[in-house]
Amino acid sequence: MKPSGLRPSNRKATEMLERIEQARKSIHSACEKVGRQIQVMEVCGTHTVSIFRHGIRTLLPENLKMLSGPGCPVCVTDQGYIDVVMDLARRDDTIIATYGDMIRVPGKGDSLESLHRDNIKVVLSTDNGLALAKKHPDKTVVFVAVGFETTTPASAVAVADAAREGVGNFCILSGHKLVVPAMKALLGSKNDKIDAFLCPGHVSVILGSDAYRSVVDEFNRPCVVAGFEGVQILEGLAKICEQIADGRAEIDSVYGAAVTPQGNRTAWKIITDMFEPCDGPWRGLGVIPGATMRLKNQYKQFDALHRFGIEEVPSEEPAGCQCGQILCGLMDPPQCGLFGKKCTPDTPVGPCMVSTEGACSAWYKYGR
Amino acid sequence: MEKQKKIMLAHGGGGRLMGDLIQRTIVPKFGDGQSVQLTDSATVDVPAGKLSFTTDSFVVKPLFFNGGDIGKLAVCGTVNDLAVAGAKPLALSLSLILEEGLDMDILEKVLQSIGDTAKAANVNIITGDTKVVEKGSADEIFVNTAGVGMLMGNADPSFARIKPGDVILVNGTLGDHGMTIMSQREGLKFDTPLKSDCVCLHELTEMLYNDCGNAVKFMRDPTRGGLAATLNEVAQSAGVNVELDETALPIDKTVQTAADMLGFDLLNIANEGKVLAVVDAEVVDRVIDLWKSHPLGEKAAVIGTIAEADGSPLVELVTKIGGRRIVQTPYGRELPRIC
Repeated sequence: MKPSGLRPSNRKATEMLERIEQARKSIHSACEKVGRQIQVMEVCGTHTVSIFRHGIRTLLPENLKMLSGPGCPVCVTDQGYIDVVMDLARRDDTIIATYGDMIRVPGKGDSLESLHRDNIKVVLSTDNGLALAKKHPDKTVVFVAVGFETTTPASAVAVADAAREGVGNFCILSGHKLVVPAMKALLGSKNDKIDAFLCPGHVSVILGSDAYRSVVDEFNRPCVVAGFEGVQILEGLAKICEQIADGRAEIDSVYGAAVTPQGNRTAWKIITDMFEPCDGPWRGLGVIPGATMRLKNQYKQFDALHRFGIEEVPSEEPAGCQCGQILCGLMDPPQCGLFGKKCTPDTPVGPCMVSTEGACSAWYKYGR
Repeated sequence: MEKQKKIMLAHGGGGRLMGDLIQRTIVPKFGDGQSVQLTDSATVDVPAGKLSFTTDSFVVKPLFFNGGDIGKLAVCGTVNDLAVAGAKPLALSLSLILEEGLDMDILEKVLQSIGDTAKAANVNIITGDTKVVEKGSADEIFVNTAGVGMLMGNADPSFARIKPGDVILVNGTLGDHGMTIMSQREGLKFDTPLKSDCVCLHELTEMLYNDCGNAVKFMRDPTRGGLAATLNEVAQSAGVNVELDETALPIDKTVQTAADMLGFDLLNIANEGKVLAVVDAEVVDRVIDLWKSHPLGEKAAVIGTIAEADGSPLVELVTKIGGRRIVQTPYGRELPRIC
């Protein structure tokens, strides 16, 4: 018995196999037509993991290379931000509410996990953070608010709820970021390694596909939105390769009707009601103008920086760590001197190894 | 003596209160009480042969979950450790560490479950211990069980006997227990509620050894670390490659949805009612027939093969879309992702 890996059991499975085969054929014939090396960046960390989990790299032609982009929220979070979280976690008057991915990211020394403090709580949503604040009125709950357009609406709603319900002991440390300015910053930094972008389905549902217009128009790079199923990723790549072979650069989507040109206006309104863009540091990319989100002035009492009188967030990166280069698609994880030696999922140095969606972690777990 | 509503430190103090707890609350839960020996150590008659001996501690939170509770888990866990080693479970010990202030109702419920599960598995609890610690020093109730069993004459499970060409089977869906616990902890609700697979597996293992004997090379219940941890241990210890077929993995749809929401890989998630068997290719059809004839093996499936290792041994998965990827031993704690 040898597992076939492709064993149609019913009509649906057969259809799926046909779609997979069709996409593979399109990719291979387009890449053959182009001839030269093609480099496609998957912007989002969820795509990075999905590409590895489905073994997609093993199905691609040799001249098609995937670059892992800056779309893993943990990975692009600046070291200075982590250090502020650590400082706040060491206080006795706080509770730190954080998404699970963040707890193993090392600060200057410790990580939230290695601090072993009772005041650090892993939560699944901002609601859980707000509930903690209501349950512990004698503590200030600091929600570690990281993520892109997919998680920012939840932070906005939590702050709005806290303001409306008068939950004064709740605040967020905003490290929220915007995807498109980062994509443009990558191209603007004379990075000519990126031929096209595979754009994340879930973020695009909120953003709308028109959000990528400037990437296509100003930089002449195809942007194709895809979901996270293996077949969708292959179909998205097929669209990209066909565009490159035809010398086109367009916005396209294989994510179906969920992505509209305008996106989810309701979610976007919640974000812009509460947050405003500012210049902020991204790990490896430096300060990107207008790509970080902070709470508007009228909500500053819910801003942890304001609440604790933290003026400047110093930025410092661990020696030898190449997460920055990796996030820009300039280096593959195995090229980093720390990868697999000093830096492993058990002893991560940089955030790309910590996060389940980090490129280094995915390479280490699934690649060879 | 009036029965207390909550556990007090004195319940573990060796005095009359403790005697009362053992006599009136603990022992009656284990059937007719005949098998429990209230001496410091129990004696057990054993036939000639080899004895298997194992121990396991249980600290699960929440104590009660859909499909089981800490008591059922404590019996099944130890019975299963004996069963996959090729042993027929004979007797268990039961140690309780109780937190001061624990509701007596909760203790009674857990004990009832322990008694019912042991009875159903036809295994006696013959000795035990009870300690009470100050409030805050434990989390409600911790349970330890140890167990002894007789190695079945024809059972010889070991990594060393695993060879290229052998086939890997599992008796049903993966990750049900771990996802049930995590979903319950995180307050995730689904239209079809998740249910732990917590169950005693000795009937499945016994039927295999009785029927296929030496053709059964190795068995394991993939609990913490899931299938990924067990198969990596197989690869490393036997010096072979493992090749898994993603299309063949039995997975419940709702469990998959929960895992996708939290960003988990079901191969890394704990099972409490699953047995993985590596068998000689010649008996594969027989094993599937045997298991499918038992309620706990209805969804039994061939999920992979053992191959020659070219280089360092590894576990590889052939994915649904025909790609290949490595399956590694998980870090040890799955973290829910951000988005």
